Amino acid sequence: MARNLVGYLSAITFLAAAVFLVGCDRPGDLESFATKGPPSAEPASVNVPASPPEPVIPWALLAHDNLHDPRNPSLALMQEPAEALSVLSPAQEGNFVNWVAALRSGEISPRTNVYPETKIRVLDLDVLMVDTAAMPVVLFPHRPHTEWLDCSNCHDKIFVAKSGANPVNMFRILQGEFCGQCHGAVSFPLTQCQRCHSVPREQALQAVPK
Amino acid sequence: MASRRLGRWVPPVVLAVSMLVLVWPLAAEYGDVVLNHNSDKAGVRPVIFPHWFHRIRFRCKVCHHELGFEMRAGANDVKMRDLTQGKFCGMCHNNEVAWGLENCGLCHSGKPGLAGGIYGGHRTLGPGRW
Repeated sequence: MARNLVGYLSAITFLAAAVFLVGCDRPGDLESFATKGPPSAEPASVNVPASPPEPVIPWALLAHDNLHDPRNPSLALMQEPAEALSVLSPAQEGNFVNWVAALRSGEISPRTNVYPETKIRVLDLDVLMVDTAAMPVVLFPHRPHTEWLDCSNCHDKIFVAKSGANPVNMFRILQGEFCGQCHGAVSFPLTQCQRCHSVPREQALQAVPK
Repeated sequence: MASRRLGRWVPPVVLAVSMLVLVWPLAAEYGDVVLNHNSDKAGVRPVIFPHWFHRIRFRCKVCHHELGFEMRAGANDVKMRDLTQGKFCGMCHNNEVAWGLENCGLCHSGKPGLAGGIYGGHRTLGPGRW
C-alpha cells in the first residue's frame, strides 16, 4: 500500500513537472513573435554568452490563445498583447498590468470622451468598509474608479449611493455582483485580496469617528 | 496480472491529467470578450473584443457611459446594422476615430463555434454569473 502511494506520488510529481516544462513554451512563443519584426542585419550568433534565464512571458500570442482563428488573414495586422502590455506597470495577475499605475504615471493616456459635450466627472472620496471579519478593512477609493468610469456606471444600478446601504459580501462579489461585476472579469482579479483589503483594522478605527 | 499492473497506473494518470487541465495556462488575454449572438449563424467568425487593447486608448466610461454598452457580457445585442448607423462599435469604427467596418477580419477573428462571454484569462475564469 505504502509502495503504491510512493508510486502514485512520484508519478504525479513527474507528470506535474512535465506539465510545467511543456507550459513554459511561452518565452519561445515570444521569440517567434520577435522574429516577426524587422529582420536584423546580423543573424543570431551561436556563440552568444549565457544570459540570465528569461522570465516567463505571461502573454500568449494571438495565434495561440485558443480564441483567435490562426487561419484569419487579418491576424497579422493585430497588435500582440505582449508588445503593448510588457512596457506598462506590472501586476501579478489579470493582464499583468497595474492599469491604475499605468494611468497615473502617464504610461497610457486613454481618451476620456468621444463626444465633446460629455462631462468628465472625477470624485476624490474614500469609503471604508469595516464589516470585513478577520480581514483588513476595505478602502474603496472613488478617484481611480472615476478616472476610468462615470458615476452612472455604478450608481445606482450596482451600488446605491449611500454609505451602508449596499449588502456587499465576498460571496456575492464572487458571483459577479457589486465589485465582482468588473473585478474578476476585466479589472484586477479577486485573488488580489490586499488591493482592496488594504487598511489594518486598528488604523481604520482611528480614522472613523465613533 | 499485466492488466492489474497497468490498472495501478490509471488513478495517477487520471489525477495527473486533471491536474494538467487545472494548471494549464488559459491563453486568452484577461478580459477578452467573445460575441457570438449572431456571427456563427451568419457564417462569419465570432467577434473577439479585447478589453486590454481598448483600455490603453480609451477609458471604460467612453464605451460604458457614452456609447451605452451594458457592463454585463451578453447584455448587448450588437448587430452590424446598428454599427453601420453609428451605434455601439460603429461610433468609433467609422474611419474617423478608428478604422472602419470594412475591415471585417479585425473583429470577426475568433475560432468558429466559440461560446459567447468573457474569457477570464490565465489565473481566473471570472465571476460565476458571467
